[in-house]
Amino acid sequence: MKRSLFQHRLLPWVLLAPQLAITLVFFLWPAAQAIRQSFLREDAFGLSTTFVGLHNYSELWRSAEYLNSLKVTAVFAISTTVLAMGVALVLAACVDRLVRSQRAYTTLLVWPYAVAPAVAGILWWFIFNPTVGVLPHVLDRLGYDWNHLLNSRDAMILVVLAGAWSRISYCFLFFLAGLQSIPQSLTEAAAIDGAGPFKRFWSITLPLLSPTTFFLMVVNIVYAMFESFGVIHATTSGGPAQSTNILVYKVWYDGFIGQNLGSSAAQSVILMLIVTALTVVQFRYIERRVAY
Amino acid sequence: MFKTAATLLAFSATPALAATEVQWWHAMGGELGGKLEEIVQGFNESQSDYVVVPTYKGNYAETMTAAIAAFRAREQPAIVQVYEVGTGTMMAAKGAIRPVHQLMQDEGETFDPAAYLPAVVGYYTDPEGNMLSMPFNSSTPIFYYNKDVFEKAGLDPETPPKTWSEVEEFSRKIMDSGAASCGFTSAWISWVHTENFSAWHNQPIGTEQNGFGGPSARLTLNGPVQAKHWGNLKKWADEGIFKYGGPGPGDNAPPMFYSQECAMYMNSSAGRAAVIANAKDFDVGFSMMPYYDDVEGAPQNSIIGGATLWVMEGRPAEEYKGVARFFSYLSSPEVQADWHQFSGYLPITQAAADLTRSQGFYDENPGAEISIQQMTLNPPTDNSRGLRFGNYVQIRTAIDEEFEQLLAGNKDAQQALDALVERGNKLLEEFEAQSN
Repeated sequence: MKRSLFQHRLLPWVLLAPQLAITLVFFLWPAAQAIRQSFLREDAFGLSTTFVGLHNYSELWRSAEYLNSLKVTAVFAISTTVLAMGVALVLAACVDRLVRSQRAYTTLLVWPYAVAPAVAGILWWFIFNPTVGVLPHVLDRLGYDWNHLLNSRDAMILVVLAGAWSRISYCFLFFLAGLQSIPQSLTEAAAIDGAGPFKRFWSITLPLLSPTTFFLMVVNIVYAMFESFGVIHATTSGGPAQSTNILVYKVWYDGFIGQNLGSSAAQSVILMLIVTALTVVQFRYIERRVAY
Repeated sequence: MFKTAATLLAFSATPALAATEVQWWHAMGGELGGKLEEIVQGFNESQSDYVVVPTYKGNYAETMTAAIAAFRAREQPAIVQVYEVGTGTMMAAKGAIRPVHQLMQDEGETFDPAAYLPAVVGYYTDPEGNMLSMPFNSSTPIFYYNKDVFEKAGLDPETPPKTWSEVEEFSRKIMDSGAASCGFTSAWISWVHTENFSAWHNQPIGTEQNGFGGPSARLTLNGPVQAKHWGNLKKWADEGIFKYGGPGPGDNAPPMFYSQECAMYMNSSAGRAAVIANAKDFDVGFSMMPYYDDVEGAPQNSIIGGATLWVMEGRPAEEYKGVARFFSYLSSPEVQADWHQFSGYLPITQAAADLTRSQGFYDENPGAEISIQQMTLNPPTDNSRGLRFGNYVQIRTAIDEEFEQLLAGNKDAQQALDALVERGNKLLEEFEAQSN
């Protein structure tokens, strides 16, 4: 009896072991390393190490480049999220009304999601390149001198477009599923009561979509902040003059190119705190709202 | 048949098994990488004790990062190619690198420091004049121009502009005549129009002899001469005379010259082969960099860029013998002359330069000698020996960013350079603190 109980207690751990090992090796251990490193000042080769306490953190708050990066990240994350979700919602609402061609349109609209970020980045780079690109040529005819190598607003528009484009498919899928789970009877009843299509969408569909919307908002912000490295690297490399240098790109640049490991580690710890906060918000809020 | 092949394999494999492998991580892609492997093969076939194994590790930044990470994991290669801006970082890593002069002495290789071109090796010696790393690919910026466009604009195609005011004057003529829509473009704002510009005009880049004196050096790039040039570049950019090619190497600059959009162009002397290959529809002229004739001491001499080979500590003793043998082979006049003629990089020894001349290469290839002439125009001063600062990779980025601020109209030239010096000095302070 006792023996079988022991086995019973061990078994769940054995089954969990692979997952726990992966989490430990690929998440907890590096995270602990980052925290440790963030309190140290070290040369690139690791030959001399000094404990500097919170120096790396306090330097960040005094650094104009870091504060700029925070601002840039906020602008980038919010614009990308709004653009991707707005476009995806319109597309989903359109596809939802289709009957026979729905599957075909869905497939086509999900396609961009399969394109690797770096490949998409290179495509955008070619399209927008001020010297050889197609779009600057067209814009020039229209009287707009596009140059994202010099103009920070152009550069931001470029990375937002590139970042949002790859997310539209993802949001579209969720919105479409959300729309299809809304009972037809509700909208039909509203139609009988005399509500027009816009009124129906605004007062019935949108509120019922709010759990999906909220989920997508959090996921997209997390994506924009952490997963958009490839897009930035392939298009602007954070330029011009750091106007598209988002936090995650700066972590990489300061750590791997600049070899300033202490500051880079401190920045990644701050990023870790931000993502933790976002996740907590998501779980708490969604859990409350999901049972409508 | 199978048996013969197996026997052959066994025979050819025997010496390779006995030989000591020497790992060399490098950053030479494309044609240069092919040439590099050819050189290594030449060495491997010349003796049977050592096999040098070259590995391409990506661009300069990636190669250096990989070597540093490998050192931390105790898996470093014996030789790593590091670009000139990484010199300060490598030098400060006392326990991680073995100085070349010491290596050659320890391994008993014949090594005469005087045989090397001072303008090249001076960049990589310690204050006592000892060579720390082996120069491999060094180049210097030179001036390229489109002879056909010059002719169309009514200019003499054999007379390139000597001064910046002539560059401006010629550009206006070229643009007014419709021969080209832009005067000039340039690669490397940092290396060409800031660092080399300062050396060429005998202006200090930083204190402590541009950092050669020690890690307490700070930047002084915000002098009136540099401010004047940056201000002019901004003015010329606004008028369309100058077109910006982007940060770092300025990847958009070469196409503007190749497509004849811009009539003049500044880039590394090692870009010569690419220029000739791409300038299919026009004749290219070569010249020294322009200067301001009202600056006393200009033109002085230009400084180099490129990369050197560093020897890393912590490998088995027998490998260092192989490294020393390989470096001797690499510096031999024949290998150097071949590399120089193929790539446009500077020869590192006087003997290689003499051999190239005696082979008639400079007569057959006009413009190939400009780089050496410009480098050795005058004996180097404290302002024109080179530069040596820590964290310089980031400082290079700061140069690009402040220049972009200037072009975007957010700052004037003096403000941009002041901000650059302030940001750069902060990085230098950080580096000084890290190395102590």
